[in-house]
Amino acid sequence: MTYRKAKEKIYKWIFTILAFASLFFLVGIVIVLFKEGTPIFKEVGFLKFILGRHWYPTSNPPDFGIMPLMLGSLWVTLGASMVCVPLGVGSALYLNEIAGFKQRQLLKPVIELLASIPSVVYGFFGLTVVTPFIQKLFGLPTGMTALNASLILGIMATPTVCSISEDALSYVPRSFREASFAVGANRWQTLTQVVIPAAGSGISTGIILGMSRAIGETMTVLMIAGGAAVIPHTFLEPVRPMTAAIAAEMGEAPMGGSHYHALFAIALILFLITFVFNIIAEIISRKFRIKLGLSG
Amino acid sequence: MDNKVKMQAKKVDFFYGKNQALKNINLDVYLNRVTAMIGPSGCGKSTFIRLFNRMNELVPHTSLRGRISLDGQDINDPSVDAVDIRRRIGMVFQKPNPFPKSIFENISYGLKVNGIKDKAFIEQKVEDSLKKAVIWDEVKDRLGDSALRLSGGQQQRLCIARCLAVETEVILFDEPCASLDPISTAKIEELILELKKDYSIVIVTHNMQQAARVSDYTGFFLLGELIEFGKTQDIFTAPKDKKTEAYITGRFG
Repeated sequence: MTYRKAKEKIYKWIFTILAFASLFFLVGIVIVLFKEGTPIFKEVGFLKFILGRHWYPTSNPPDFGIMPLMLGSLWVTLGASMVCVPLGVGSALYLNEIAGFKQRQLLKPVIELLASIPSVVYGFFGLTVVTPFIQKLFGLPTGMTALNASLILGIMATPTVCSISEDALSYVPRSFREASFAVGANRWQTLTQVVIPAAGSGISTGIILGMSRAIGETMTVLMIAGGAAVIPHTFLEPVRPMTAAIAAEMGEAPMGGSHYHALFAIALILFLITFVFNIIAEIISRKFRIKLGLSG
Repeated sequence: MDNKVKMQAKKVDFFYGKNQALKNINLDVYLNRVTAMIGPSGCGKSTFIRLFNRMNELVPHTSLRGRISLDGQDINDPSVDAVDIRRRIGMVFQKPNPFPKSIFENISYGLKVNGIKDKAFIEQKVEDSLKKAVIWDEVKDRLGDSALRLSGGQQQRLCIARCLAVETEVILFDEPCASLDPISTAKIEELILELKKDYSIVIVTHNMQQAARVSDYTGFFLLGELIEFGKTQDIFTAPKDKKTEAYITGRFG
């Protein structure tokens, strides 16, 4: 073999390895999650683990019911989507339909900059500004509630929703708008009956990815959600989302013990949830590309 | 047969920013006639046709001088609603652009946005329009299917039907066959000849044979100017201007 041929082979191998590295990591993480997570199901039972209403991992005997944690995650995620959907989609519509070229050039990067603020900074902001405000506003014993976690997570997820929705809107071919105007539709009719339906699945993809960002966020909820592993009844109660439980308890759970395996099992379930979210987003966005006649 | 003026362009100048795209265009569009506009790429013929239904308004940084009228009424007068103008003057685009909706909804859309709610009326109108555009037989059994499943030629006829549904008076064709195969092109041309009985038609085309086949009047555009305008027969057999002659005999373009 000549030197040049060998060199070419080496390059090929290097890039193949690099390309498959992320797949390797993914598979590795999943294997570890299953290996470390599933023992708890033997001990407690899968259904009892998922549906159990009490999370007292350190009492004697311990209770490993993650329903309060799952509901905590669910509440803040739903709350966050109530913030990030109107904010994100609304600003995407503004950017695409109303803002002039210069405004868009300025505003879109600014909104996307929101995504680059570290989550601990959001947590800090929530702790010092939003929490006292909510406590005062509602006269609560503590301001660390599902509500302010939702608010902050919603703001954090806004750039994702906005950016993807705006892309979806701008992918709607100009010819659709022109066709609509050409039969005598006004701007509002064109927007609501042609542009938004055409961009609809792209917008939903943005919303789902925004929610999956909210549900996976850890540092912020750890700092401001209040941390009570109790089934919440209103948005004004503290909650302990799954991510916060893992982060807070990992240090104190003895390695190889039931608590340790339970935390891995939570991580496994969290992974499955976000996995499903991402799959749905992928399916919808593929449908969207086919619908607009872009490549499938 | 007498020619009645349906639309008229008078001393029209048009600018993209500071670039003058059209220079002093004067042209009449006659009732129930086909008027073709020919010329090489970038000569301004597409820009010109888009002035007839105020489509260029949607393009930022453009400005218009001069007067364009429909039945004697200045279509750019502040009292005139662009929405009304666009309903009365339909447009078929270069690339077929059906909405990503069903075949039925593609036609009914124009009726709905113009405030018509009567279901029976809409259904009748959809059928009539599809028949007039000679596509009814091909789609009548699948009106609920997505319009994007149709072939290019069918999509273009669907777009024509979409114009007809809103009781348009003038139809502007902006290179309607540019992306179609010869058989679909022949069908569209046949349809244009049929439609001129009821409508006034303006067609921009790259294809000189097409202009010769379908039009009664032809205007030759070059670099934003209307070089020559007259009966199609005269333009193609005895052009007055040397540049027209050079173009139609294929010496440039």
